[in-house]
Amino acid sequence: MSRILIVAEHDGQALNLSVAKSVNCAQAIGGDIDIAVLGSGIDGIAAEAAALDSVSKVIAVDADHLAAPLAVNWAPEAVALADGYTHVLGPSSTLGRDLMPRIAALMGVNQVSDIMEVLGPHAFKRPIYAGNAITDVACAEDRTVVGTVRTASWKAVASGGGASVEQRPANGSAAGHTRYVGLKVEGGERPDLQSAARVVSGGRALGSEEKFNLIYGLADRLGAGVGASRAAVDAGYCPNDMQVGQTGKIISPDLYMAFGISGAIQHITGIKDAGTIVAVNKDGEAPIFEVADIGLVGDLFQVIPELEALLG
Amino acid sequence: MKILVGIKRVVDYNVRVRVLPDGSGVDLDGVKMSVNPFDEIALEEALRIREAGKAEEVVVVSIGGDPVQQQLRTGLAMGADRAIQIKTDADLQPLGAAQAFLKIIEREEPGLVLLGKQAIDDDNSQTGQMLAALWGRPQATFASEVVLDGQSATVVREVDTGLETIEVDLPAVVTVDLRLNEPRFVKLPDIMKAKRKPLDVVPLDELGVDTASNVEVTGFSPPEQRGKGIMVEDASQLVQELKNRGLL
Repeated sequence: MSRILIVAEHDGQALNLSVAKSVNCAQAIGGDIDIAVLGSGIDGIAAEAAALDSVSKVIAVDADHLAAPLAVNWAPEAVALADGYTHVLGPSSTLGRDLMPRIAALMGVNQVSDIMEVLGPHAFKRPIYAGNAITDVACAEDRTVVGTVRTASWKAVASGGGASVEQRPANGSAAGHTRYVGLKVEGGERPDLQSAARVVSGGRALGSEEKFNLIYGLADRLGAGVGASRAAVDAGYCPNDMQVGQTGKIISPDLYMAFGISGAIQHITGIKDAGTIVAVNKDGEAPIFEVADIGLVGDLFQVIPELEALLG
Repeated sequence: MKILVGIKRVVDYNVRVRVLPDGSGVDLDGVKMSVNPFDEIALEEALRIREAGKAEEVVVVSIGGDPVQQQLRTGLAMGADRAIQIKTDADLQPLGAAQAFLKIIEREEPGLVLLGKQAIDDDNSQTGQMLAALWGRPQATFASEVVLDGQSATVVREVDTGLETIEVDLPAVVTVDLRLNEPRFVKLPDIMKAKRKPLDVVPLDELGVDTASNVEVTGFSPPEQRGKGIMVEDASQLVQELKNRGLL
């Protein structure tokens, strides 16, 4: 039977939703599921992890040098904990994509990136070519499987359990050659793009940073997160971390509303797993309408105020 | 200081890749091949660092059969000083690629290694991190700003929550994101000049790397298509439709 260790993503305050989604993937693999929480002052986060359904045990390693999520410091700790596990999983977020290959290399294995489906304990499906093709991969059964979980493909498990939390001392110390300086958060108070149930996105058709406020206004009315196409980001209408797509964020909200986004392949890759896609665009031939569940050919500068009025 | 830049030959980003009907692979017949766009950005950054007087030499390295020489020549035409082909017909997985790069690093002793954050064919995003791990050196992934300062580098990283800044001692591995720079266009005289620049061929076998992989690709399939949607006429129909589906 498989023994699965999930390396938890968190921001020092709360557990990231990606952990509950990774547990869902681990359930599909089947077996004992443990969670490793690395950080500093992480009692609350460990308790959150212990409450997730299907989790057997949480291992907490609390040390000053683990406070920032530096891969050079986290990877050796995760490897030290990984002994005896058949699978070590992390999210396909930027944190996981930075950390997990370092863990895999230290363990002498290749990684399975972006697990979107489990075919068996050692067989998975993952996207390549920006999601234009899907590959089946088979992993050697005598080696540890190190993988990242494509969070958009999995549902968060519920909370309500009460697994035990085991404290372990750190195995190593800070790597002197890498220093954390800081994080500049650009998102503000709106729901996190990656975990929001609703997302409103704007494209190049918005025309300016000032007019992009229309998107924020509608998003706030809906309690939605805000996204953007690469064209809008490149034009400087909004910050980089709002970009949705292959080179930005891959998201799976229940409702995705795209305004003035033509629907380049690289953008579609980021939204394919959304529950319902709504597209509003002046150009009836725009490729976004090929994937939209509900399409409206119209001028967003007219449609958005009408929507706001109708939503009261 | 010397900068090593890894470049991978991949299907051009403008090509819409299709899975072969028998599921044995993707259709690469007659398809345009290019330098992985992220690697092009890595090379541009290396050239700018050299042009700012902070490095003396830029070496491009690629792994593969002789066709990768085309991409190495592109790198030389962009401005790299010389090129190294790690010659193999095997399709290396990231760990094998990282091991092979490490052997070149041991010979060349660069102060900085720049790579794209991922290749746009297999989308693995592993090689740079693995190389840093095997080398026992810092990794700064998804860089949108790189500032060299003597023996260290300050790197701004594009992470999901915003922009993270870290400081790494050199030598280090930096993988680059889209917004770091805009690569220059290659001019015809540069292409002619590139033909005379040195391109060393190192057989992979000579490097003594075990490239066996624990992960094997066993099949290919096209992605699932979303079902056909409906069109509405105006905002009120849209709101009604969303209400009908329980989304409002």
